[in-house]
Amino acid sequence: MEYTLRVGGEAGQGLQTIGGALAQVFSKIGFHVFTHQDYMSRVRGGHNFYQIRFSEKEISASRDMVDILLALDLDTIEIHRKSVRDDGFILYDSEITKKKFEEPEFIDIPFKKIALDVGKKSVMANTVATGAALGILDLGLETFRNVLRKAFEKKGDEVIQGNIACAEAGYNYARKNCPRCEAPEIREPENRRLMLIDGVNAIGMGALMSGCKFYSGYPMTPSTGILNYMASRAEEYNLVVEQVEDEISAINMAIGASFAGVRAMTGTSGGGFALMVEGLSLAGMTETPIVIAEMQRPGPATGLPTRTEQADLLFVLYAAHGEFPRVIFEPGDPKQAFYLTNRAFELAEKYQIPVFIQSDQYLGDTEWTYEKFGLENIIYNDYRLREKDLEGVEVYKRFKYSSTGISLLAVPGEAGKHLVVADSDEHDEEGHIIEDSETRIKMVQKRMLKKLPLIKKEIEPPLLYGDSSPKIVLVGRGSTYGVIKEVVDTISKDHKVAMMHFSQVYPLPERDKFDYIELLENADLTICIENTATGQFAKLMRAETGFEFSHQILRYDGRPFTIENLKEELHAYI
Amino acid sequence: MPTSEDYKGQVPAWCPGCGNFNILSTVEEALVELGIEPREVLMVSGIGQSGKLPHYTKCHTFNGLHGRTLPVATAAKLANHSLHVIAVAGDGDCYGEGGNHFLHAIRRNPNITLLVHDNQIYGLTKGQASPTTAQGTHTKIQPYGVLEEPLNPLALAISQDCSFVARGFAGDPGYLKELMKAAISHKGFSLLDILQPCVTFNKINTFRWYRDRVYKLEEEYDPYNRLKAFERSLEWGDKIPNGIFYKNERETLEEGIPTIQEKPLVRQKFSIEDVKHEIDKFY
Repeated sequence: MEYTLRVGGEAGQGLQTIGGALAQVFSKIGFHVFTHQDYMSRVRGGHNFYQIRFSEKEISASRDMVDILLALDLDTIEIHRKSVRDDGFILYDSEITKKKFEEPEFIDIPFKKIALDVGKKSVMANTVATGAALGILDLGLETFRNVLRKAFEKKGDEVIQGNIACAEAGYNYARKNCPRCEAPEIREPENRRLMLIDGVNAIGMGALMSGCKFYSGYPMTPSTGILNYMASRAEEYNLVVEQVEDEISAINMAIGASFAGVRAMTGTSGGGFALMVEGLSLAGMTETPIVIAEMQRPGPATGLPTRTEQADLLFVLYAAHGEFPRVIFEPGDPKQAFYLTNRAFELAEKYQIPVFIQSDQYLGDTEWTYEKFGLENIIYNDYRLREKDLEGVEVYKRFKYSSTGISLLAVPGEAGKHLVVADSDEHDEEGHIIEDSETRIKMVQKRMLKKLPLIKKEIEPPLLYGDSSPKIVLVGRGSTYGVIKEVVDTISKDHKVAMMHFSQVYPLPERDKFDYIELLENADLTICIENTATGQFAKLMRAETGFEFSHQILRYDGRPFTIENLKEELHAYI
Repeated sequence: MPTSEDYKGQVPAWCPGCGNFNILSTVEEALVELGIEPREVLMVSGIGQSGKLPHYTKCHTFNGLHGRTLPVATAAKLANHSLHVIAVAGDGDCYGEGGNHFLHAIRRNPNITLLVHDNQIYGLTKGQASPTTAQGTHTKIQPYGVLEEPLNPLALAISQDCSFVARGFAGDPGYLKELMKAAISHKGFSLLDILQPCVTFNKINTFRWYRDRVYKLEEEYDPYNRLKAFERSLEWGDKIPNGIFYKNERETLEEGIPTIQEKPLVRQKFSIEDVKHEIDKFY
């Protein structure tokens, strides 16, 4: 059993409220849920949609075809009518669309009139619509009532009761006026509950649970969600969150806070990261740990501000002048985003380097369901040294040479008599400016050449999913994880096929734990799937390992791959 | 109590006769006289001859990028507001490359001190015009003379209600020290613009040129009068006033953040136990 429901309308009509509520209802009932959003770069008007797919089994991607279309305006009907399955439904309010449809899939529900009659407020039309969708599905209203109680907790009993009454009226209206809904095939899963989380919140929560205490950022879609999350948790967990004048300030602030002794992070999208590049180099030179979330959207320049792409990989990889180590993680789903953000902090602090969580609008905004994340694997090692830790140290040198390249990281002002000196110029062990070649060579070796092999050893191999000795390998990184996984599931009956997914993309993993290159070499068909026009990961693989994929499937229209669309693309090769 | 010896750092690599020497000794004396230990001070600087100053003294130091002094200094203060944070910048550094940060640091009002070595020229890059160079000045890059109006840092800061605005002269270290002590002691963002002749590249604004012009604001001058302060900040030419132009008692950035009132962020212990119930919000 699985259903797909799409809510469409203009920005400002409350799509997120309806979609978000439905997603919560389904996950609390115990269904697996996958949602994705498609919205335009405008505050009001235009056409947006919020899509929810739910199922009894695990799901990880979006579909093109829908079972229920909830249309809040006429545009939605015109744009999405062809995506509705033959046995599907279109819910609409002919008073809003000013047009009546007689075809059997249409169910005309007076959202607005019911809201005014029952709730006395037209704004409750959204609750009527949500109730109606649940009515079509015959899922009962108990969970939705609880969601409404929680959502309107602060607005008081009257608002809660009004909304519940509207939900019931919408539900009952839909049940009465849906002759084809006589025998609903949906059965509620057994008593279980799942957590529902999207990519940006997962990154934010990962940072919070890694001891991040300082977050600076400039609002930029699609990274703003992380800034919102951190700000909303600041008071409860004693964080300092600063909205800054520009991204140059954002990264310099993160570096300043980290130098002063707290775990710090910043986040942005490609255009903002372009401004951060100078600061990235500063983190590299001063060996200041920072975590940077780079949430991609299509460029160049302002590009498609609210849409998705993976085309900043090589930019982030090569950004900044000079040579210093960095790590780039590209989580495939919110769960990976959560744990990889934690790992990003661990590596940043341990090696005193910048670490990236690189994701994109698609993963940032999609919600997934899971069994509750376990926290036993969360790593927290405090590498910062304070007075007691430095008791045996007579002369503290911030950049002291060592066999690992790692020097002691003391907290200024908390390190007793010791002083902490850092410099963006080349410097000696104490942190003071130098220009001699001997010290320069030693510092480059310390910062770069000694640390890099150790960092490389920490990188986990790619995930292999499907056949263990496949003839066809679909290779992806980051947010294409879910869709490739489902496509592998659907074609594995007829083919020896597997997905190879990289979530730790730089440095590329060594081949000792899993010789992924050998596996690729033994396959007949290796297809690299990316949301870029030029196949950036394929280039990286070729540059780093010499391996060349036999084919590439590239999508660069600003939209994510869907199951149908990826399968269709694969037809050319399989 | 700290002594001058405690603050003795590396040997400066400035030109002989540079105004920076006086700024260096003045800042050290001011800190000693205020009874502040080197371990309680964080100096953050940018790039230029001014940027090297923290290396020539002894304290916690972050010598960052050109123009980016204030974001680093502000965040360091937020992370550990028990430190005395002194931002050291040059005129090109602070008013040119870092102009945006300057505006927003004034708005934020962190309790830090900004010392600007204002020599009206780019010294380290060998003599180009800076934002404070006089109109008409000829350089290699400005063969027709500087076309732009010079930036007036004091008037700009006062117009934005900066918490503390003062100007000193490197040729009068005694008075400069007074101003510096007042700036460091002031609660809020304090700007001290220091006229610091560049003996190598600025042939106009020399020590002599300033000595003939600078004077101290009158004893009865009221630094809390913003309009008057603005008026006085526009005086420039034959007579150039020095002193504390403007002061106010605005709430500082740190005071406005509830999460660091009990203790500095850097002293707050973290344990996964304290945050683990966060997961329930998504369940």
